[in-house]
Amino acid sequence: MSNTQCHGAGRLPLLLGLPASIGILFLLLPLGGLIIRAPWAEAAEVLTSRSAISALRLSIITATVAASITVILGVPLAWLLARPALPGVAVLRALITVPLVLPPVVGGVALFTLLGRSGLLGGPLYSLTGFSLPFTPYAVVLAQVFVALPYLVLAVEGALRAADRRYEDAAATLGATPLAVFRRVTLPLVAPGIAAGTVLAWARALGEFGATITFAGNFPGTTRTMPLEVYLALETNPDAALLLSILLLATSVAVLALLRDRWTSRW
Amino acid sequence: MTRPHLRRSISAHKAKDLPGSDHMWPDVSARHHRPTTVIGFAAAAGLLLLAACGSSTPSRSSTSGDVVTVAAAASLAEAFTAIGKDFEAKDPGSKVIFSFGSSATLASQITQGAPVDVFAAASPATMKTVTQSRAAGPPTDFVANTLEIAVPKGNPGKITGLKDFADKSKKIAICAPQVPCGAAAIKVFATAKVVPAPDTLEQDVKATLQKVESNEVDAALVYQTDVLAAGDMVAGIDFPEAQQAINVYPIATLKAAKNPALAQRFVDYVLSADGQAILNEAGFDKP
Repeated sequence: MSNTQCHGAGRLPLLLGLPASIGILFLLLPLGGLIIRAPWAEAAEVLTSRSAISALRLSIITATVAASITVILGVPLAWLLARPALPGVAVLRALITVPLVLPPVVGGVALFTLLGRSGLLGGPLYSLTGFSLPFTPYAVVLAQVFVALPYLVLAVEGALRAADRRYEDAAATLGATPLAVFRRVTLPLVAPGIAAGTVLAWARALGEFGATITFAGNFPGTTRTMPLEVYLALETNPDAALLLSILLLATSVAVLALLRDRWTSRW
Repeated sequence: MTRPHLRRSISAHKAKDLPGSDHMWPDVSARHHRPTTVIGFAAAAGLLLLAACGSSTPSRSSTSGDVVTVAAAASLAEAFTAIGKDFEAKDPGSKVIFSFGSSATLASQITQGAPVDVFAAASPATMKTVTQSRAAGPPTDFVANTLEIAVPKGNPGKITGLKDFADKSKKIAICAPQVPCGAAAIKVFATAKVVPAPDTLEQDVKATLQKVESNEVDAALVYQTDVLAAGDMVAGIDFPEAQQAINVYPIATLKAAKNPALAQRFVDYVLSADGQAILNEAGFDKP
């Protein structure tokens, strides 16, 4: 595809190259600063501390569960949004992207009002079972799903719209049921989009902070994910916070690189 | 203090209020008639606008000699806002800008060079991080705050005292040990020989209080000023061990203050009978 666009073998027009380079620098230089400023002498002690390991473990588990839930809920939702016949779909799409613009802390408060122990759903649950969601790892996952779901939905919806609808029509005329068409034709067609959306959602869940600290609280081993650990470390030991941030970054980059190689070769 | 300073400060604020109004600068541009200068000032006004919208960090670009920027612990928000209004009324031409937040966060902003004139911290330890870096003059203790048990309206968890904090079946919020209210909490639990079973260790006292306000926890340990500020949604329960962990708040002027005299006047006002009366009304004790 690049051959048809770019005749001068690798020559990038300055008009594109310059802003692209500035963009790269803008994104990467702060990370460089993080790495340069980090107190590497303390690295071994900080990074192998119990609290760091338990926070990282909780982060990876919750983000992975949250990303799985976003796939289960988000792919059908994206399929619904991509159907042109659905009335009011534009409004629905706008509503679904609300968590993208909502400050995550507000998202956490919103989750409280619904799922807290005096919330609309959480209230009856609490009076029936005595169980309340806040301050549990479930709350962490819910907060992450809330903020990450729109990313997956938008990515998959884009892929669905770009996919050639005629394959689905052909399958349908050959007698496939709608579910079979979705499973055997649509899903394979948009698999790269689903992969990209899952990665986005996972990364967003891993970095989730505001909704988590509001809705799930902050307790080591139960709800204190890596971003919360970093935030708390900033209070007393900013150097440790730098190291912890780098650990979180390195973990996510490593996971994404690994996945990209074995799972998303079609990007 | 001097007239030109005051003029600049006023026109800068007007430019903030009226986006894109470069004609707000007649007193300056009148002296330089070249159009490039006008464009330059328009650009400067634009930058001011950007600075005004940019962030909550206090910005010096729009301030001059008659503005005092005060960084204060979150628990002081209500009382200091009232003190600021009184100070502006009694010190004509002056303007107080507040930045409230976690003491430790403010302290690190200050040591990183944030343009602040006065710092009021919720604990001597956080003040020390600023005085140690030689950014501030000697601090003065100006109020004391005592811990109190906060419960949601109606006390759904039937909390009676500190011992309930050890009950695993109750939802409990306390501050993280890294922040002043958490350090004070550790002290009172040690004194009372209670091993708390918290469900969350919050980042600052207002976040802890919020968990009570939203009825998500049965009890929390916060300052008595927070219980007072929360109003009807929260009730307070006193306990004797609180006297073992009275938290003293220091205040200091910063060496980098643009107008040290005004910064000192603000600190003096906080320490004055009028300032102390407002703080006392908010639930603070004498240090």
